[in-house]
Parts: sequence; structure tokens; C-alpha cells
Amino acid sequence: MTTTAPAPEYSVIGTRPIRHDGLDKVIGRAKYAADIQMAGLLSAKILRSPHPHARIKSIDTSKAAALPGVRAVITAADIPAVASDRMQDLGETAVRLRFLSSNVLAGNKVLYKGQAVAAVAATSAHIAEEALSLIKVDYEVLPPALNVLDAMKDGAPLLHEDMLMQEFGQRTTKHSNIANHFRFKKGEPADGFKQADVVVEREFNTAAVHQGYIEPHAATANWNVDGKLTIWCSTQGSFNVRSQVATLLKIPESNVKVIPTEIGGGFGGKLGVYLEPVVALLAKKTGHPVKAIMSRTEVFEGTGPTPGSYMKVKMGANKEGRITAAEVSLMFEAGAFPGSPVNAGAMCALACYNLDNAQVDGYDVVVNKQKTAAYRAPGATHAAMAVESVVDELCENLKMDPIDFRILNGVKQGDRRVDGPAFGKVGFMEVLQAAKNHPHWKTPLTGKNRGRGFAAGFWFNAGGPASCYIAMNPDGTVSLIEGAADIGGTRAAIAMQAAEVLGIPADKVTPTVVDTDSIGYTSLTGGSSVAFKGGLAAYEAAQDLKKQLIERAAKIWETTADNVEFEKGEFKLKPSYERKMTFTELAGRLLTTGGPLAGRASVDARGVGPAFAAVIADVEVDPETGKTQVLRATIVQDAGKAIHPSYVEGQMQGGVAQGIGWALNEEYFFTNQGTMANPTFLDYRMPTALDLPMIDTVIVEVANPGHPFGVRGVGEVPIVPPPAAVANAMKRAIGVRMTDLPMSPGAVLAAIQAKGNGKR
Amino acid sequence: MQTLEYTAPKTLKDAITLLAQKGDAARPLAGGTDVLVQLRVGRRPQVNTLVDLKNIPELTRLSYDPREGLYLGAAVACCHVYEDATVRRMYPGLIDAAELIGSVQIQGRASVGGNVCNAAPSGDTIPALIALSATCSIAGPNGTRSVPMEQFCTAPGRNLLQNGEILVAVRIPAPAPNSGAAYLRFIPRNEMDIAVAGVGASVVLDSAKQRITSARVALASVAPTPLFVTAAGQALAGKAVTDEAAIQAAADAAVAAARPITDMRGTIEFRKQLVGVLTRRTLHIAIQRARGA
Repeated sequence: MTTTAPAPEYSVIGTRPIRHDGLDKVIGRAKYAADIQMAGLLSAKILRSPHPHARIKSIDTSKAAALPGVRAVITAADIPAVASDRMQDLGETAVRLRFLSSNVLAGNKVLYKGQAVAAVAATSAHIAEEALSLIKVDYEVLPPALNVLDAMKDGAPLLHEDMLMQEFGQRTTKHSNIANHFRFKKGEPADGFKQADVVVEREFNTAAVHQGYIEPHAATANWNVDGKLTIWCSTQGSFNVRSQVATLLKIPESNVKVIPTEIGGGFGGKLGVYLEPVVALLAKKTGHPVKAIMSRTEVFEGTGPTPGSYMKVKMGANKEGRITAAEVSLMFEAGAFPGSPVNAGAMCALACYNLDNAQVDGYDVVVNKQKTAAYRAPGATHAAMAVESVVDELCENLKMDPIDFRILNGVKQGDRRVDGPAFGKVGFMEVLQAAKNHPHWKTPLTGKNRGRGFAAGFWFNAGGPASCYIAMNPDGTVSLIEGAADIGGTRAAIAMQAAEVLGIPADKVTPTVVDTDSIGYTSLTGGSSVAFKGGLAAYEAAQDLKKQLIERAAKIWETTADNVEFEKGEFKLKPSYERKMTFTELAGRLLTTGGPLAGRASVDARGVGPAFAAVIADVEVDPETGKTQVLRATIVQDAGKAIHPSYVEGQMQGGVAQGIGWALNEEYFFTNQGTMANPTFLDYRMPTALDLPMIDTVIVEVANPGHPFGVRGVGEVPIVPPPAAVANAMKRAIGVRMTDLPMSPGAVLAAIQAKGNGKR
Repeated sequence: MQTLEYTAPKTLKDAITLLAQKGDAARPLAGGTDVLVQLRVGRRPQVNTLVDLKNIPELTRLSYDPREGLYLGAAVACCHVYEDATVRRMYPGLIDAAELIGSVQIQGRASVGGNVCNAAPSGDTIPALIALSATCSIAGPNGTRSVPMEQFCTAPGRNLLQNGEILVAVRIPAPAPNSGAAYLRFIPRNEMDIAVAGVGASVVLDSAKQRITSARVALASVAPTPLFVTAAGQALAGKAVTDEAAIQAAADAAVAAARPITDMRGTIEFRKQLVGVLTRRTLHIAIQRARGA
């Protein structure tokens, strides 16, 4: 349901047409990365480290290379050396190039179990696999640093002996696993706490969780004799893969063509390269195209989850319910290499609240685990779990309604975040009011061991460069070419924005996502940016085309463009409107009246509109087993403008589903030896359909002034509030405040029993 | 690289001969939902032959006779078991287990006999079958034999089948008058999971449906094999159906018998707690069913 009636000024925006890519996906014809086939294709397999921390003394690949059917074996020695500390942008995060290189194939050290060490290309996957067992790696096993607090201690095993801690923007002389410690400060928290009547301080721990995209990573490469490299892969950013591969392999970007296949989910996890440089090198060495497909276990062990974390939050409020001070510390496990999303988490942590006195500390800490990657609003969900739990406890102590408390303290236009920036037009108040008015909030929850929780969340959203090309077809349809991977229905959302400008139905637009040689630069599918920036590019390209069409109509009518009006798909000659031409009629005449027409635009979309969301969750906890069932969940979110409401609702529901999984059962379960014990979907428990209620959605539309239709990003913020909302609901259900994720049955039962024993 | 041979004998005799010849290199195949996964992850490196048992009439028969009870061919898929109206009516305790293995798709392939032969400590049908006093009909090079279900599993992933022997059928006696059974397992999610703990229970009541004449309780996932807890049944014999203290005593006996391990799916303490809770709950359902409520 939407809170506003369908905007009458639009004919396409806000409707729900069938998605252009739907049929192929429904009947199984869509081509995903593992579907790529071609003559002479070799299969690649990756040898991975069995140790979480070890020095590689030597690698002997001779026996593997001699196995019949094996065409090439590579190790890190085959990657051009990268000495510099140059940063490589991954879209939502960044990484030092030499670290990215080591994550693709380990150099002199392995830093997590599952890190790629060598790769084999062979005439069959079975031979490649057999060859892996013939590669002899001599490891000197080192003690690992396996969690954030241990890794921060003086004397902890160092992952990078040469890494110096960065603190408050300065490089220190201290060798540490703490890559970076930074602080945002506004006002004086110590003074603020003096004004507080209630102070709550809590510590939180969260386990690493994986994005869980259904399609494992896969990539195919062909390296031609002329030096041109073509890569087919499942990625959120084809231009991003192009630049990472070119930089890592020291070849010109223009020599690399990346062809994005359909993508079976990414959620931030398909931004950094893993297989692409490996298959490229194998293709170069063998002269054959080479394909690699990860197993689910490789996805879990060899790609980036979102970090585990330790967090501390202290907040104070006065009797009137105003927050007087807040202090937050976030310590995130970056994994093997620096670059956790702790910065984003720190900026989001207190972003919902207008605070005079607040401080946020962030620590980016390396540990012997998978290098973490972005995951849907990276860092914000962790921070919200901690902050929104403490806010809930303040509400309990003050006996205030959780929504009223947030209305009193929530941010409005002009308020400043702790890290500095002031908000433009935002819809947090509208979101809170819509939640307060929702039947879910107004209907009392009855029954034993049941509770209702509320939590809010913030995400910046992003914009950036995007390109679009729209060509007229003689039958009155248009072909729309774009460059951003379509993960959440963006082909439809972008096509609809072009259709709106051109006055034609959405199904008259055929959108296609093309390779990096076939469209202008387009930044990645991340930061909830594509409907916004791609939509802006499509809007501009459609305007460009419209202008040319009006000029052509003027030419046909032997007049000037200012005498032609275009309305609802029809060209009319002013002032009498005696002469008219439909869009289709004009399309049919283009080739005989001066040639074909196309519109184009390349934009750098900067007018980003941030997103707020709120979640109401009802739970029932079985006090004898600790098992929690989410009975009802409602998400309210400011979309700015919902281009295709069904896909906005889909994003909202998907975010809540992942948030509930993170809250209740998902976790990287590590043994004391640093091995992930549950690298399959059997024991890595994402929620199934039976674990979730129907998730109600309420789209709030506070238009983003930075976009012609008011679009804000919608993909990420819905994952932010759910873990805290579930924790807050559990507190009301069973009287126990859970501070660690996941809140799995065993953990909940232990907490209930500890409370029964008076220990909590 | 594992090259596999697939054979599908049409008679029990041919299957036995083949399995006896090949020894450990052959593995019987019913639904394949366990064995194919095990082969793929390299957990049965010695196997080079799969012997599909689904073309053998004795293994695909499902029939009920009021005197003989249920004949459940070892290769009959779970979905055929729970879609059979007679089985549903007569053996709700078995249906409880057959309906929650894997997912709907898995249940279309996975057989109850395969679940038994896989001999996982967590095998959901095994405690349910022990509670129902099921027996295993085995055929081999030296003839046939029958063993109680509670003796079939010998260690995690191991059963008492000798070289060349096949589990032909599971047989369950016709339900006694005024009897009822149930199976419950605990999983963190609501489907597609492995029991952290599971309990199967059956009760027989007196003709007035007031007293428990006899009871059987068996556990999953809390010992190297599914566990038959006779002490739990003894705690209930002769007690009133409303005697909560007796039911608690049975639950305590089950907890005492459980010897779980701590792993990623649960700690020793958590599993013991679950055994107590599930034993109580399962017995309540079994009693309710026996009373026809």
C-alpha cells in the first residue's frame, strides 16, 4: 500500500507493468554467468588455503602441470607485482591494490582459510580438481587472530607485519591489527550526560553474515592474441570489474571488455573481483577461453561476508525524552585486509537523531577471516542493532512510546549528522507518522511470550555516473541501452522513466544491459543508486530524443520546433492543432525524412536523497526452547517516488527478510581453529518462506528534489532496522534484552535461564 | 575424479549378488538424497557403483493389512507414505517424521528406508519407527532376517547390514487399540534442517483410555545412534494419562539417557533441555491421539 494516491500527473510512473526481463527468468532462459559456453572452453579450479594464518614457504606445481589434461597452473607469481599502496575503488568500499591482489591469489602469506592460493585450467573440471590435489604448498603455520577484541590486543599475532595503525587521520608508528581508528564528534558528550536523567550503556556482538545471493560467483575469460581480453561474469559493476582487472594485470582498460550476464543477487558481495583476474591469466597462458564456477562452500569460505563486530553504546536522555548525549564505539572485523564498512556504520549509527552532544569511534581491525565485502547498507545494520536497542531501553526506562520518542528526537531538514553533513529534504518524520498510524501499531498484541518491537534505520543512498542511449524503432518502440546490472528490477524502473518522458507505455521500451564497449561509463549497481542515477540518465536521454522528435515533426510540417507541441504521445502543430502525428506515426517516417534518431545522455547524478525506514515486528518466543517466530512485520520506508511500486515493495520485503535472518539464525560459525564449520546452506541458516510472516509494506513518498521524479534509493535501508526491531520485540516478549547476534534458540534459552538464575 | 557405474537390477536376487560381489565399492541407491550428496563431497571415495533398488518390487511396495500391519518397501519415497490415506490414518507418528524430512522436493525422492540405512543420529524417521515397534526386514546372500529398528543403527552412518545385505522393508505392527504415537524434532528454522534433537513416542492406553498400559520413547541427535529409552516407557506404564509427574519422569529419563555432543548445531546443555521439552510435548500428542481427541 502507498500512503499517497497514484500521482495523476504521471501515466507510467507509479504503475506496475510486467518486467521486461521477467519471461526469460521465469522460463529458465535467462543466461547467468555459469551458463556461458564456447568452443575450446577449459575449466578452472582454485586451490584454497587450509589454514587461517600461515606463511607460504614454497609452492610446487610441477606434478599438477604434468597431469594429462591440465593446460596451465598459476599462482600469485603470475600476477604482475603491485608494490604501491594505491587504492582500488570497489564501489561501496575501497582496498589497497596489493591487498586485492593477495585476495585474488595469496602471495607470501595466507590470511584466512579459503583464501585462493593457486589455480588450474584443464580440459575438464574433474581433471582440474584432481590437479589441485597434486599441488604441493609448504606452509609455515602461524597462530591466528580470530576475533576483533583478541586481534586488537597488544601482542596479538599480526596479519600484516608492515601495517602501521592509522589514528585520527594520522599514520602512527604502531604495528597493529587495527588498521584505522577514527572519531566523529559533535558538541561535548560528557556535558550531555550530566544533563541526562536516564543513561543506558550496553555492549553488543554480532557474527559475520553472508549476503547469501543464490547465484555463486562464476567467470569466463578469453584472451585474444591481439591482447584484447573479454570477460563474462556475474557482477554488480561491469566497469568496476574492467578497472580492477586492468589495474591488477597492468593492461590498458580499453583492452578489457566485460560482458555482464544476468545476476542472481549480489547485495554488495559482487563488487570486488575474485575469479575474473584468475580466469583471465589462465586464458592468457593457455590461449583458450577459461571458465570458473564457485561452489557454495567456496562462496562462503572464499568471498566476503559482512563483518562480525563488537560495539558499545551509551546514551542519555532527560525526563522530557530528549537525548542529551550519545557515545558509540564500533569495532569491526575487516577480515584479512583492511576495509570493513565501519566508516559507513559510524556515519549511520546516530543519523536518525538530532543530537547536540555525540561521539562515534570506529575501528577497522584485521582478523584471520575472509576479507569482508559490502552487504546491503554496509555497516548500518550492525550500528542500528546497537543504537536502536539502547534507544528502546531509554524508552522503557522513561515509559515513553518508542515512536513518540523518535518523533521527539528524529532528524528533520537542516539537522546535522554527528559526522558533519546537514540533511536536505528527508522523510523520517513522515515515516514515523505513517508507522504510528498503521493498523499494525494500533492493534494491541495479545498472548503469552509475545512482544512487539520497533526500530528505525538510515542509509545515505548513492548516485554517480550513468549513461543511457535510446534509439527509435520504425514501429514506434524504442530500444534503451544501459550499463548497470539489473538486480532489483531496475531495467523496468529505468525504462518506465524514459517511457514517461516519451509519452509511451513501458512495454514500448525494450531495455538492455550491455557490455563495457557498448555504452558510456556507468557506475556499479550499489548504494541503492540505479533507479536514481540510471533513471536520471534515461530521463535526460529521453528528453534529448524528444527534442529531436519535435524538431523532426517541425521539419515535416515545414515550421519551427516552437510551433510543435508534444503531449501524451502525440505531436501537434500549434496554434490550431489541425495537424497531428502520433509517436508511432512519426517513428515510421524518420528514415524518409532525414534519418534515424536516438537520444543519449551521460550524467553524474549528485542530488542523492537519503532514505529512512522503520520496522514494526511482533514475535513469539518459546520459553522452553528459545525459538523465536516472527508473527508479523511491517516496514515503512521513504522511497521518494516509487517508480514501480511492486519492485520497491519487493526490495523492502527482501531487506526485512535478510534482516530477520541476520537477527535470528545466520552466522559464520567458526571453530577455535578458525575454520568456518557451516559453509553450506544446510547449516548457514537463512530464513525460508516458512520462517517469515507476510511482510507488510508502506511506501512513503517525500520527493527527492535532486531527481526529476523525486526518486530516492530503496534497496538497502530496509535491512537496517529489523535485527533491532526483533531484539526489542523479544525484550517485551520474555523480559530478556538480547545484545548478541544471532539471537538463535540456544542463545535465547541461555539468556532466559541466566535471567531465571538472577544473573541478568 | 570419481567415475561411477549405475545399475538397476530388477530382482532382489540380482541386487544381492551384485552388492555381495562389489562389497564396499557398491552402494545401494533409493532416492539418492543422502548418497549422491555424500559422493559429490567426496565422503565415500571407495564407491564406484550405484545399485538402484527402485525397480525391485519388494522394495517399492506399500501395503497395509489389519493382521500383518504395514509393509513399507525400503525404496518407497516419503511423499507416497504421507499421501497414503491408510498410512495417514493408522500411523500419524510416522507421518510426523516423513513430512518434515528435507523439503517437499526432497520428500518426492527420499525414502524412509534410505533414511534408516543412512543411520544418521539425526535420522528423523528412526525414533518414530522405534516408537512404533517397527522391524527391519533384511535379505542377503545367506537368506532373510528381521531385526528390531532400535538395533539397526550401530554408529554414526553405520548399520548392521552385512556385505550383500539389503534392507528390503520396514514393517510396523498394526496399531494396538487405544494407541497413539507422535514425533517432534527441534530445528532453529521451520523446514530444511537437521534435528538438534528429536523425540518419537508411542503410548497404548487401557480400554477406558484413562491409564497408560505401555509406552515407548526414542531420541534423535543426542547419541551416536538414534536411542531407544526403555526407562522412559517404564516411567509411564500403569500411570494415569493426566499424570504430569509421570510424564515429567519419562522426560527426565530421556534426558538422563541422552549423551549428546556440543557442535555448531547445539551444546550438550541445550540438547538435553530440548530432549526433556520434546519428550513431554511428544507424549502429550501421543496420548491425545490415543484418546482420539
